[in-house]
Amino acid sequence: MLNIINKSPLTSVTLDTCLNTAAGGDILLIEDAVYAATRGNAAEAMLREAMGRFKIYVLTPDLEARGLGDRLIEGVTSVDYGGFVDLTSNNKTCQSWL
Amino acid sequence: MSDAKKFMFVNRKAPYGTIYALESLEVVLITAAFDQDVSLAFLDDGVYQLKKGQQTKGIEIKNFSPAYRALEDYDVEKLYVEKEAMDARGLTEEDFLVPVTVLNRAEMGKLMEEQDVVLSF
Repeated sequence: MLNIINKSPLTSVTLDTCLNTAAGGDILLIEDAVYAATRGNAAEAMLREAMGRFKIYVLTPDLEARGLGDRLIEGVTSVDYGGFVDLTSNNKTCQSWL
Repeated sequence: MSDAKKFMFVNRKAPYGTIYALESLEVVLITAAFDQDVSLAFLDDGVYQLKKGQQTKGIEIKNFSPAYRALEDYDVEKLYVEKEAMDARGLTEEDFLVPVTVLNRAEMGKLMEEQDVVLSF
């Protein structure tokens, strides 16, 4: 399953709930969720711990819009809009955790 | 300017994900045009509004961050950043587009008490 997150980890429990609920698979961080994949963010440890069970992706245009293109945590994979489409088509199901 | 009021704009949302940051900026500029005493406070994810290097071409949304640098032309020079929020996001003063005063939460709360009007975004 592809899990799509769009909320900042420091203003919403969405990422936390996803990590605690989903059985595994892919996670794509978009919009304000990209902050979770930046070095020094308080959610960094939570995200690193999740890397054992999930493959983590981040939408590059959203990261660059926020001025954080150079702060991506290693082990997180950058994708563009084409990569976003590939993730949705390569997974049997998608869930947007709104 | 004896009848100027002390206005504080409290910014707690990240830019682009919601419209709050841009709406706040627009009201700040209107208020400044009326010669009021304007302060801006950045708390929680609001500190991300001031991050240098925003490149919004890829998301096709206007990059409004250069407007923070224009604030001093409107005599808006009191910008305060919450230290705890900055630290929790791995940011330092060097990451910001403009000079700011860093305050801890207690100092920020005290500053809010001194205002005549507080508008929260």
